[in-house]
Amino acid sequence: MYVSVKGGEKAINNAHSWLSEIRRGDVNIAELNIKQISEQLTLSVDRVMSEGSLYDKDLSALAIKQSRGDLIEAIFLMRAYRTTLPRIGSSKPIETSKMLCLRRISATFKDIPGKQKLGPTFDYTHRLLDFKLLADGEYEKAKIEKYDDKEIPHVLSFLNKEGLIQKEIPSGKTSKDITRNPINFPLTRSERLQSLSRGDEGFLLGLAYSTQRGYARNHAFVGELRTGYVEVQFEIPELGIEINIADVMFTECESVNQFKGSKKIPAQFTRGYGLVFGQLERKAISMALVDRSMRWKEFGEEYLGVAAQDEEFVISHCDNIQATGFLEHIKLPHYVDFQAELDLVRKIREEYKKNEQHT
Amino acid sequence: MQNESRKQWLSSLATADENYLISLWDNLNMKIEYNWLREPEIGSVMVQGKVGATGDNFNVGEVTITRCSLNLDKKIQGHGYVQGRNKYKSKIAALCDALMQTEKKEIIKRNIIDKLIKYKNNKRNEILSKTEATKVDFFTLVRGEDK
Repeated sequence: MYVSVKGGEKAINNAHSWLSEIRRGDVNIAELNIKQISEQLTLSVDRVMSEGSLYDKDLSALAIKQSRGDLIEAIFLMRAYRTTLPRIGSSKPIETSKMLCLRRISATFKDIPGKQKLGPTFDYTHRLLDFKLLADGEYEKAKIEKYDDKEIPHVLSFLNKEGLIQKEIPSGKTSKDITRNPINFPLTRSERLQSLSRGDEGFLLGLAYSTQRGYARNHAFVGELRTGYVEVQFEIPELGIEINIADVMFTECESVNQFKGSKKIPAQFTRGYGLVFGQLERKAISMALVDRSMRWKEFGEEYLGVAAQDEEFVISHCDNIQATGFLEHIKLPHYVDFQAELDLVRKIREEYKKNEQHT
Repeated sequence: MQNESRKQWLSSLATADENYLISLWDNLNMKIEYNWLREPEIGSVMVQGKVGATGDNFNVGEVTITRCSLNLDKKIQGHGYVQGRNKYKSKIAALCDALMQTEKKEIIKRNIIDKLIKYKNNKRNEILSKTEATKVDFFTLVRGEDK
């Protein structure tokens, strides 16, 4: 039972005033503006858009500023704002094969049509603090080279041609939007992917790592990882004309996992899929691995009783806003609940004492 | 064919850099009479992906969209569906959409739509040429102990 508390208004107001002051920090230091955050802390901005499930860089930067850089608090603000927006409609499914790639790599094939392109990556850096950044304004300029503006096909489509990998064919099943309908297990794969795409990066990373260490058997390779802009197509209801309504950055990961075969179908690789807003490749790879581990039933694999195979466990706990809401609420006043527990434990102790005296 | 070209100008307006579009419009200094059919409203569109890039659809997340509709001379309708939350951008898009259906078409095309297309192409070329410079050729080596 919830019993409300009253009072404390003055303390709460004063706490929020101090929060406002401490957020500003030392006034002798220039204040951060939203454009500085959205241009220079891009990967934080991407994470807040991805887990906030709303693609809007300025809003994301504002949320980061307001939350003093606490990204889960910022995601909470994005989610709360998102719920106030009227839904104008749903886009056509995006074509990631037409992505304007900043980065496109494969860990399974070195020579691929469209080539491997590293893009702006932390990979192969030495992970040494760069003290030059302490000084002012120095940066290297990106190099440029002549290019062919050709579509870059998916790496796994080559394996597809040989029949070496399981194909992804539309099943015709309709899936619910998990933000508008209660979640009922078992879920379709589409519903699981929606949930994973807005799931907590840290949680998914931990689960994906657990599958690599043996808690679910599905040794994964990164078949392809790509980051870039995709045109979102949307049909204008008044006109019936489909337009490119938004340009959105995505990271997509396709994993290649061990085989599955039967008497009818010769052995072929299986796959996992990750697709997230922004340049978040750790999250996209984690998503692909966890997607694959939850597909055990579909491939007739053994259920090992591990977390990453259990869709109810994964999906019920991957949302950091649900998790933090429930976790953090226990710090708010629970005086009446606790009073009841206190009374109970006192009573038990009294009875214990009485019994002791009798013996 | 009318639809194809309308699709193109609506797309250019929707995804335009808002500051650039606003400066192009303001520079034209046009005074246009119009009535609202729908005043600018901020909403969202759910973006769909495909499982494994080719399978079933799934919802990835939403993107902010602003839309409005207006009438010129109670005859010609303009629709402004744009990415983001800028109501002025949405209004400019609706005005341009309407004007593209009038004798002012050439002015709007030359001073706004063509420039937006060029701006976007330049951005695209910049990304492609930077990406190309990071093209890598990995090669595998036979290690000494394998000999």
